[in-house]
Amino acid sequence: MRFGAPLFAALAMLITGACVFAAMGQQPFSALYLFFVDPLMSAYGMGELLLKATPLMLCALGLAHGFRANVWNIGAEGQLTLGAIAGGGVALFWGAALGKFALPVMLCAGVLGGMAWAAIPAVLRTRFNTSEILVSLMLVYIAQFLLVYLLHGAWRDPEGFNYPQSKVFEDSQILPTLAEGMRANMAFILALVLAGVSWIFSTRTFAGYRMLVAGLAPAAATYAGFSEKRNIWLALLIGGGAAGLAGISEVAGPIGRLQLSISPGYGFAAIIVAFVGRLHPLGIVLASLLMSLLYLGGESVQLSLQLPSAVTGLFQGTLLFYLLAADLFVGFRLRVKPRAVPEPMARPQTEATP
Amino acid sequence: MSAEHWFAIFVSTVIAATPLIYAALGELVVERAGVLNLGVEGMMLVGALTAFAVGHSTGSLLLGYGAAMLASMALALLFGFLTLTLQTNQVATGLALTLFGLGLSAFVGRSFTGLPIHGLEPVFHFDWVVYGSIVLFALVSVFLKRSRLGLQLRAIGESPSAAHALGQPVIGIRYAAVLFGGATSGIAGAYLSTALTPMWVEGMSAGRGWIALALVVFATWKPVRVLLGAYLFGGVTVMQLFAQGFGVDVPSEILSMLPYVATIFVLVVICRNPRTILLNQPASLGKSFHPDT
Repeated sequence: MRFGAPLFAALAMLITGACVFAAMGQQPFSALYLFFVDPLMSAYGMGELLLKATPLMLCALGLAHGFRANVWNIGAEGQLTLGAIAGGGVALFWGAALGKFALPVMLCAGVLGGMAWAAIPAVLRTRFNTSEILVSLMLVYIAQFLLVYLLHGAWRDPEGFNYPQSKVFEDSQILPTLAEGMRANMAFILALVLAGVSWIFSTRTFAGYRMLVAGLAPAAATYAGFSEKRNIWLALLIGGGAAGLAGISEVAGPIGRLQLSISPGYGFAAIIVAFVGRLHPLGIVLASLLMSLLYLGGESVQLSLQLPSAVTGLFQGTLLFYLLAADLFVGFRLRVKPRAVPEPMARPQTEATP
Repeated sequence: MSAEHWFAIFVSTVIAATPLIYAALGELVVERAGVLNLGVEGMMLVGALTAFAVGHSTGSLLLGYGAAMLASMALALLFGFLTLTLQTNQVATGLALTLFGLGLSAFVGRSFTGLPIHGLEPVFHFDWVVYGSIVLFALVSVFLKRSRLGLQLRAIGESPSAAHALGQPVIGIRYAAVLFGGATSGIAGAYLSTALTPMWVEGMSAGRGWIALALVVFATWKPVRVLLGAYLFGGVTVMQLFAQGFGVDVPSEILSMLPYVATIFVLVVICRNPRTILLNQPASLGKSFHPDT
């Protein structure tokens, strides 16, 4: 039943979407068709779907480990930016020296960059008791300013007419695409591998089990002697590393250089993806495809109906709201007889545990 | 530096602090009732857009502020319905509210980008919203410390089950607190788009809602320290603008990081001692309450 809630939420979002389109003077059904079906009608469109799903999937898979352990890393956007900066820096300064090893080193640097950025909230939470929610979010803004600073200064392309962007990466520094004429690249395969590894980690390893217990029953975790600090560190490093990989895959993929805007809020949308996917790797894979479709649909209605593409953000927020509410109704139906137990919906993340 | 120069810095500091005061005082009341609303940023953005849109089309800023309060309260009501009636997780719902507010304001606000608006007129250096922030501070302080309802609210924040056992309307008072937080976030947002920078830009709150949340922690849930903290942050924000005047040779991007770095820094200083938080944080903060349990 817990898998019914996302379906219900998606359906409710569609109905709301139809109402929004109708309110804007559009034919609701043809607008919905343009939004949700038309982008998928071509091979190129399917490629774009995978392309945009990749960073969402990577970020959400990492974040889900944290959410499951009650660690609220909401700064994936910043960790993504740092991953792009670290990996992009390798390409710009050591790309020539590394030759054909450049790409793997870039990917590793991206992961490490994201991890380093996530290590800041981890240190502050474990050593200074500081909320990782606020710290990780503040670091999103700081990361963006760092990128702006670098691109206006030392990392700017000297032949780029003063545009705040780096020089274009070499072909050998760009992730190979999945097929000819398609922009989706190997990062999608990496994301699928990560989904498999995530599943094994959370269901088949002791470390994953410890994080699960810490999220479901913090008191039990303490009683069992599971280190809270280790869980926090692990959760943030996994989340940061995955987001960093998403960042470097974007700049060493469809973008091909460092520029001011790397992500249209993938790091934040990934929070929604993680919840809609019930914090389960397979669910996240599916949810990231849906969320990717929301981005494509936004672009599609902008092109064909001149509606603002910001409708994507509206749909994303609505989806999460419906999901949170739907969780409750799904839970209600499961009850055979009324009992005075603590609310099952008090913590949605506990619902998603396998 | 002449006296006028210093006075100009003082004025800008107070103006930069004003939206933080409104948002943080509202969130402080919400948190004292035991509810953690992480949606301040989203409510501020919707407030900012509503005030701008209504102010631009009617020409009346008063109407704009009223509409902004109502719009943000509507979002707060949604948050209240989900967390208080449906008992969803407060952290997740607050995040959802922020993302929803961001998306909604960007979507509706597309047609208002780049339009002009006649900003607030100052009366003796400051506009009425600034004076209002001091009045609000006084009201919130007296309410929490000296009024019967304030005592009820604090009791509910510490122990909702005990308050419920005494016959207090836990859910009702929490609803009222959440709505109050919505109204002040609306004013805070409205101030951004009508006074601080009289225009509408997507995502213009730039993390101020989150800074307001951090301010409440910094203030250890005490109104007077919210006021001090907000002026401190206002000062840090203004420092970027006046740094060049002092002959500081630091790139502007690094200076722009200052408010965010300062937020992290003060959070660390306050939270470093777990007992400070333990003694001051409302005991039921962030926990759902169901009357049956």
